[in-house]
Amino acid sequence: MNSARNLIAVAVMAGSLAATAAWAETAPDDVKFEDGAVAMSVSGNAGDAKAGAGVFKNKKLGNCLACHANSDMKNELFHGEVGPALDGVADRYSVDQLRAIVANSKEVFGDQTVMPGFYTLKVGKNPAKEFAGKTILSAQDVEDVVAYLATLKE
Amino acid sequence: MKKSILNGVMGGVVAALVSSAAWAEPVDDELVIDGDIKMVVRTKAPEGHPFDEIRSGWQYRTKETRALEVDSFNNPGMLRVEEGEGIWNTADGTEGKSCADCHGDASESMKEVAAHYPKWDAQSNRPINIELMINKCRTERMGAEAYEFDKGGQKSLTAYIKHQALGTPVSIDLTQGDMQSWWEKGKEEYYTRTGQLNLSCSNCHEDNAGNYIRADHLSMGQVNGFPVYRLKQADLVSLHNRFRGCIRDTRAEQPKAFSDELMALEVYVTWRGTGLSVETPAVRN
Ligand code: HEC
Ligand code: HEC
Repeated sequence: MNSARNLIAVAVMAGSLAATAAWAETAPDDVKFEDGAVAMSVSGNAGDAKAGAGVFKNKKLGNCLACHANSDMKNELFHGEVGPALDGVADRYSVDQLRAIVANSKEVFGDQTVMPGFYTLKVGKNPAKEFAGKTILSAQDVEDVVAYLATLKE
Repeated sequence: MKKSILNGVMGGVVAALVSSAAWAEPVDDELVIDGDIKMVVRTKAPEGHPFDEIRSGWQYRTKETRALEVDSFNNPGMLRVEEGEGIWNTADGTEGKSCADCHGDASESMKEVAAHYPKWDAQSNRPINIELMINKCRTERMGAEAYEFDKGGQKSLTAYIKHQALGTPVSIDLTQGDMQSWWEKGKEEYYTRTGQLNLSCSNCHEDNAGNYIRADHLSMGQVNGFPVYRLKQADLVSLHNRFRGCIRDTRAEQPKAFSDELMALEVYVTWRGTGLSVETPAVRN
């Protein structure tokens, strides 16, 4: 009985922590794109470049390597060619621009781009039930991957 | 000093990545099966096609995979074609008849037939493919149950029938019945973005044919080799299974096999390969 009450207390605390995080997070539909850039962290927190490298190569998350070559990850097999190589991408774009490209590339490159929007609910027809109403990446994943991209300088 | 060597190595990797774009193009090899059957793997596109020239998926595969199709003895799909031949000659259903009882020798009666499917079926008022034609014969003439999608002998019998058209250029008749409107519907689907990844068939097989998407070399997504033998599955894979797989990869709901959506897509995509030889069973990775 006592331990159950403790559990509840922990759950409540965890819930309120999650709520604080949610307070600072920007919902996908509320992300403000201005001149091809998103000025504020969408998660409300700083990104972690190391975690971002993981998001970048993980096939279930960014799967960015499917389409982009990246010589920083030369140990990974099979770099795609659908998008440009990302070597030195941080020399070409500011962090705010990179955030916009990852969150919803259509806002930057136009509707015809093949690159998926990773933090948007504007998706294609008939999304599978398990993905409907969800973004490909979480707000923190976006910040992490952007922090990683920011390290790609030549 | 050490650093500059490292940079040199990195530079080499970058160069390799960049030059991979050069061999990303499909090869121009000719495909001649068993030293005898000259296959059309590259030809002028039909009028109204987005490309000037179309190519078989065979030209986008690796040397090793391509080699497996050159000699039918080495083609692992041929075992399943032989299995299909067995089914062709075996009686089934309440009428006690086999395919051969009505159609005789398939190398005569089915020669080139599959190169002209899908066809209009007035009775069901929609296009039908070989799988559905087989089911028609089974239910209407043999007193047998229709095969469920990809079950029973469906894949191997379809492969056997299509194999009789090996080398014949694909051409379908869009003037039959309402074929033209199904073609239109299929075309619309081809260019519609689906799923959470928001991708259309054209994004991969038109905009990016010849490019690598991770380990896969994107082809034009032609259907002339189906059912194909996929090394990954070590088995025959039917066309509607492939369509469903590509749609699933966009993270969209998958339409059912033989649904109106997939039949329309089959009509349209088959037309996009007009003039390419039937390759069944093609070998793919
Ligand atoms: C399905 C293919 C695809 C995937 C997956 C993909 N991209 Fe892209 N990306 C593209 C294409 C195509 C472009 C070029 C934009 C255009 O002109 O349409 C691009 C452009 C970019 C650019 C700008 C590059 C430049 O030099 O202009 C960045 C940065 C980028 N992508 C990052 C990412 C990251 C990070 C991920 C994963 C979270 C990712 N991409 C996943 C296809 C993709
Ligand atoms: C995200 C990328 C992507 C999308 C979108 C996509 N495909 Fe594919 N498709 C592939 C890959 C990768 C392969 C395997 C390599 C190849 O043959 O192109 C493939 C293979 C095929 C093949 C087999 C080709 C052969 O020679 O064996 C067909 C047919 C095909 N796709 C049709 C379609 C159709 C129709 C659609 C739309 C409903 C579609 N694809 C959407 C990536 C895609």
